[in-house]
Amino acid sequence: MKMKKVIAALLALTMVALCFAACGSNSDTTGSTNGEVTLKIGGSGPLTGDYAQYGNGVKNGAQLAVDEINAAGGVNGIKLEFDLQDDEGTQEKAVNAYNALKDWGMKLSIGTVTSDACIAFQGEAARDNMFLLTPSATAVEAINGDNAFRVCFSDPNQGVASADYIADNNVAKKVAIIYDSSNSYSSGIYEKFVSEAKVKGIEVVTAQSFTADSNKDFTAQLQAVKSSGAELLFLPIYYSEASLILNQAKMAALEIKYFGCDGLDGLLTMANFDKSLAEGVMLLTPFAANATDEYTVNFVKKYTEKYGADTMNQFAADAYDAIYIIKAAMEKAGITADMSSSDICDAMKTAMTQITVDGVTGTGIHWSADGEPSKAPKAVVIKDGAYQAL
Amino acid sequence: MDFLSYLVSGISLGSIYALIALGYTMVYGIAKMLNFAHGDIIMVGGYVIFTLCTTMGMPTPVGIIGSVLVCTILGVVIERVAYKPLRKATSLAVLITAIGVSYFLQNAALLIFGSGTKSFTSVVSIPALHLFDGALVISGETIVTIIVSVIIMVVLSLFINKTKPGRAMLAVSEDRGAAQLMGVNVNGTITLTFAIGSALAAIAGALLCSAYPALSPTTGAMPGIKAFTAAVFGGIGSIPGAMIGGILLGVIENLSKGYISTQLSDTIVFCVLIIVLLVKPTGLFGKKIDEKV
Repeated sequence: MKMKKVIAALLALTMVALCFAACGSNSDTTGSTNGEVTLKIGGSGPLTGDYAQYGNGVKNGAQLAVDEINAAGGVNGIKLEFDLQDDEGTQEKAVNAYNALKDWGMKLSIGTVTSDACIAFQGEAARDNMFLLTPSATAVEAINGDNAFRVCFSDPNQGVASADYIADNNVAKKVAIIYDSSNSYSSGIYEKFVSEAKVKGIEVVTAQSFTADSNKDFTAQLQAVKSSGAELLFLPIYYSEASLILNQAKMAALEIKYFGCDGLDGLLTMANFDKSLAEGVMLLTPFAANATDEYTVNFVKKYTEKYGADTMNQFAADAYDAIYIIKAAMEKAGITADMSSSDICDAMKTAMTQITVDGVTGTGIHWSADGEPSKAPKAVVIKDGAYQAL
Repeated sequence: MDFLSYLVSGISLGSIYALIALGYTMVYGIAKMLNFAHGDIIMVGGYVIFTLCTTMGMPTPVGIIGSVLVCTILGVVIERVAYKPLRKATSLAVLITAIGVSYFLQNAALLIFGSGTKSFTSVVSIPALHLFDGALVISGETIVTIIVSVIIMVVLSLFINKTKPGRAMLAVSEDRGAAQLMGVNVNGTITLTFAIGSALAAIAGALLCSAYPALSPTTGAMPGIKAFTAAVFGGIGSIPGAMIGGILLGVIENLSKGYISTQLSDTIVFCVLIIVLLVKPTGLFGKKIDEKV
């Protein structure tokens, strides 16, 4: 009996010692792999699950930029290291990912890919004063802290821009909406759209919602849309639900125009999706792969060579830009690898408001202190299974 | 017209719930266990059809037959490997095992087929029905779902009440020990129940994925829970209860979406369940069993 207690005590001691050893190795993070000075950039996103196309796009896009920068000698002589953890788009997993990344030695972060997860991730990052530049989280709250910035445009921005586009181009007078009330991205756009629609004289004839638990059967919502006599159905939702809505609308013989936001990006690359269903769908996106400017052509070529065309979406483009924006801000702020993450954050915050960056998703982008980019959404229409600028 | 439309799609959704609920209720009636992996068999069925028909380009009937075969075998294997060794264990242990099997199936699908949602090509090719000058459109999927469900329910009732293996199932569900003494092969009957339940799940999977064509490793989870609710609603263990419970659940869900709130539809469904269980604790068709002391 005594022996057992002694062994238990010894084991406990070993564990404590191991813990300290682990901490010890972790505290020395900006160190040197093969004598090179490196700086670690972390983030999280849905690599599996319903929104996996977003996360994998961001992962590949950011990695592509990091590889290019490292091949060209790094930033101020510092090599970048990048890791994107899987959060499946959920808040709990995003917080877990944040903690894991901090243990790994993250000094800068690209936050998370989706809005809900980013709100949680951002809360942790703000407490630690960790710099965050999210490529694609559009919710207002996702960049609440003064440490946080974003590459994409925000939900209000998209809601307002959608209503403006529909009104200014006379696309429709009577609009129906189906949105996800359990998702802050979707309900954020919805609210702004409704208030801007009122200003612009668009009549919202019906607003139907669904939740994450009942996102398969839309027959009731579509029937309501049909009876409402709307000319256009506004879908501020993600592509997997949109694919079901388009399909069920066809079954219900609903003849209507569709308009969506950047969440519909990914629709065309969904496995076995009948692209004819999406014919004529209009959406807002900052990135169209068939654009002919130098940045886009270069990015599309390199990305498809390395990762194929499946995840070549707006998210990949945003992430690619995010890394180059971080590079520009690091150069402006004169970041060195031995600075603490909090010092880096303070320097980056100031630098972000002073830089102007040209990239795949826009030119002459600059930031305000609240983290919003100066960027206008562009509208595209799906024609013959591909985006076409409107 | 709206009402008819809500009603028809409610019956269609409810028929799918009913097919799944039959699997839950039969297994509960005979093995006295909740097979929470049942919903995931639907998902496996969906992926089998997707692989055979879309990836390998085989004709639809081959896909459906293949899916029924794979699911039947899978159901029997799960029963043999995971549940049979626990026949004498506490019901809690069996329940946890069932949840474990459910996660195993979901994650196996995640590994094999990847995480991305796949768009399912409908197995139904009959055109939609346009009534009242197009004011009411009933899709081919809805028609086939309702017809197939009715046929299956009739055949299943006949099978259970008129054939020897069917009556053996009834006997085992009533009193396992006595049935064994009368010469009924209890283990064989339980295996048969899992086989039938899983075959029904495969058909439900084909219909579910055709009506709502998005296939992912979690496709079966939510319909599985709803169907379990339907089984409890109708009285778990009762076959007519599962059918009526499933259809009622689908209709209530769709009507409350149409007339009350799309957000509150699940809340309303579960409130109805609670009220039914308060008034009739054994469910609509559940038999009250007096405990003999």
